[in-house]
Amino acid sequence: MTTTTSVEAAATGEKPQPGRPPGRKEGVGRFAVLLLSPSLLVLLLVIGYPIVSALRLSFVKTTDGVNPDTGLVEHTSVFSLDNYTNIFKGETGAAFRNAFWNTTSFTIVTVILETTIGVCMALVMNRAFKGRGLVRASILVPWAIPTAISALLWRWIFSSQGIANDLLGRTVLWSAEGFQSWLSVVIADTWKTAPFIGLLVLAGLQVIPAEVYEAAKMDGSGAWRTFFRITIPLVKPALVVAVLFRMLDVLRMFDLPFVLVGPQKKSTQTLSLLAYNDMTNLHYGPAAAYATILFIYVAVVAYVFVRLLGADIVGRGVAAKGR
Amino acid sequence: MRGRRGFAAPIAVAGVLTVLLAGCGGSKSGGSSATPGAFGGKGAFTFATGKDTSGYLPSAVEKWNSSHANEQVRLIELPESADQQRQQMIQNAQTKSDAYTILNVDVVWTAEFAANGWIEQLPADQFPTDKILKGPAATAKYFNKLYAAPYLTDAGLLYYRKDLLDAAGITSAPKTWDDMKTACQKVQAQPGNASLGCYAGQFEKYEGLTCNFSEAIDSAGAQVIDDQGKPVLNTPAAKSGLDFLVDGLKSGLFPKDSITYKEEEGRRAFQDGKLIFHRNWPYVYGKASATDGSSKIAGKFGVAQIPGLSGAGKPTLGGHNLAISKFAKNKGSALEFLKFLTSEAEEKTHLQKTSEAPVWASLYDDPDLIKQFGYLPTLKGSLDGAIGRPAIVKYGDATTAIQEEAYAALTGTKTSDQALKDLQAKLTTIIGK
Repeated sequence: MTTTTSVEAAATGEKPQPGRPPGRKEGVGRFAVLLLSPSLLVLLLVIGYPIVSALRLSFVKTTDGVNPDTGLVEHTSVFSLDNYTNIFKGETGAAFRNAFWNTTSFTIVTVILETTIGVCMALVMNRAFKGRGLVRASILVPWAIPTAISALLWRWIFSSQGIANDLLGRTVLWSAEGFQSWLSVVIADTWKTAPFIGLLVLAGLQVIPAEVYEAAKMDGSGAWRTFFRITIPLVKPALVVAVLFRMLDVLRMFDLPFVLVGPQKKSTQTLSLLAYNDMTNLHYGPAAAYATILFIYVAVVAYVFVRLLGADIVGRGVAAKGR
Repeated sequence: MRGRRGFAAPIAVAGVLTVLLAGCGGSKSGGSSATPGAFGGKGAFTFATGKDTSGYLPSAVEKWNSSHANEQVRLIELPESADQQRQQMIQNAQTKSDAYTILNVDVVWTAEFAANGWIEQLPADQFPTDKILKGPAATAKYFNKLYAAPYLTDAGLLYYRKDLLDAAGITSAPKTWDDMKTACQKVQAQPGNASLGCYAGQFEKYEGLTCNFSEAIDSAGAQVIDDQGKPVLNTPAAKSGLDFLVDGLKSGLFPKDSITYKEEEGRRAFQDGKLIFHRNWPYVYGKASATDGSSKIAGKFGVAQIPGLSGAGKPTLGGHNLAISKFAKNKGSALEFLKFLTSEAEEKTHLQKTSEAPVWASLYDDPDLIKQFGYLPTLKGSLDGAIGRPAIVKYGDATTAIQEEAYAALTGTKTSDQALKDLQAKLTTIIGK
């Protein structure tokens, strides 16, 4: 993102919203609410309730004890803040910081790589040339493969006897603890989701009228100048939404490290994996607390991103005006 | 999609906090008495088991159903991964659902399921526990009460390249770790053998590492958990057990990439002729004997009990038990089906069809079966000395801690002394809670 675009976006926020109808008649709002209420009810049930229930769970502290006579487990549950305070101290604190760092570093690195490669892919796909259909289809193949399956494919590639080591000419133990396992996740994730960015950016590219480029050419603008002054600003609304979706996706990354490297590895443990591990060991309270923290983290990142770059996520045409 | 929820978070948090603060209070649950359940009802029921890769179970179920028209059993196949099976069974138990009647539980879950009151205590007098191998029989008990019927068993075995050992003039499989190292040096000294790996087990950071770790500790004459249920890893014997694995990897005696081996990676390396010795489960015997070209070592390998520090090692016990869910209906029929499935005749057929090891001691002495499954006598010898993984109610926490510390020692981020000390502390907390 260049500085010009963010300045532009900040400026748009202060002006009135042109996409919104100028006024509403009395009663229309109430009728709209009535019409929307069935879907609101469903949303409340399938999204609202689980969130509230998970939040409640994150404040429940359960202590287990084994009855010395019968050997049966006895649970005592109380409401407390311990699940949250434990996240910031001692061994659980170290695990949380590690997972938080992994989640963040995965997000930053993969999104930058995917955006760069995805935009290049989109530019290629947008060109008119022989066999364009084939190129488009083949670029989209990785995106069409389910993540768990692509993680399995990459596990074979990265196995100690795999093709990655054959090509490198040395034995790198990709799935062992260390930087290389972190890197393997970044590579596999970039391979899989760069086409997603490519696809969305391509859609944005296709609505740019050819006249604009012609005019630029007439004015003697070079290829780089045209790209940065015309293509990027005009494709920005689509690009920003694509990047936002990717960020939200990577922040909750789970399946790729789980299948590719393994659930217990520190080097690739994300917040989702941490919550999952606690859940499988029946620590529902701490797991819910991790999930809540992740939820807030995702919400904050999304909010900041939308405010900074003016992503047109709800289709109000925030960023589209003036062009 | 998840991102959109984000915008509602502040409101939701505020709302929930009010609800929570209003509803603060304590609750207590669990702790009913431990007596055998009532097995009254007759009628249809279900059998939840991991994915049946052998394809045999449907015919066993069919056999029962054809003679029990009013007590039909329905097979429910859960995912192949053990973690996911456990997950689904626990979910079933926590919602007190009657969807699963009979549960095919891994031996290490039995204590956890019993302690949480998810499975019924069985009437011990109706199961012939005295004719069952001692090791598997012990895994079905918790607090000295029978909670499950032993069904199938498993123990680690040492696979070795008989042809290579013969060529190097070694006549019998090694009994101790030192014997094994000497044998390796002799084999590797032969022309063309220098690149062969000596030994590999399962050292990837997962449940297999827990098996290999506790096996090494037990085989050195130490224990992970003593008879009183206390962790006892702060002993010199435990250190020499862990050091067998640590030094093996460090010195290059074990192939460098064996730190990434699970069962299948190791089996492939052994089948491709890259290993002299390999620790794995009995299922490898059939695969490595395949003559369709998938195994380069068919007919060239032997199987023995795993070695130890000073004499035969003590393998880790695997296998499955059958339990009855506390929340199910028609437990009477289920109990009968349990007896049918674990009966001597049925287990014999099971072995013949699937080569999965039975729990009946008598089947290991059957000459016909021994002819068909050459590893049976070795397996029986192994099972006699086999030791279950620590029977801890919070097994999930315990195995995570073991994997964490053992892996740290194997990869050299901690000394074996430090790893054992830390593990001792962790296990003490986990068990003490």
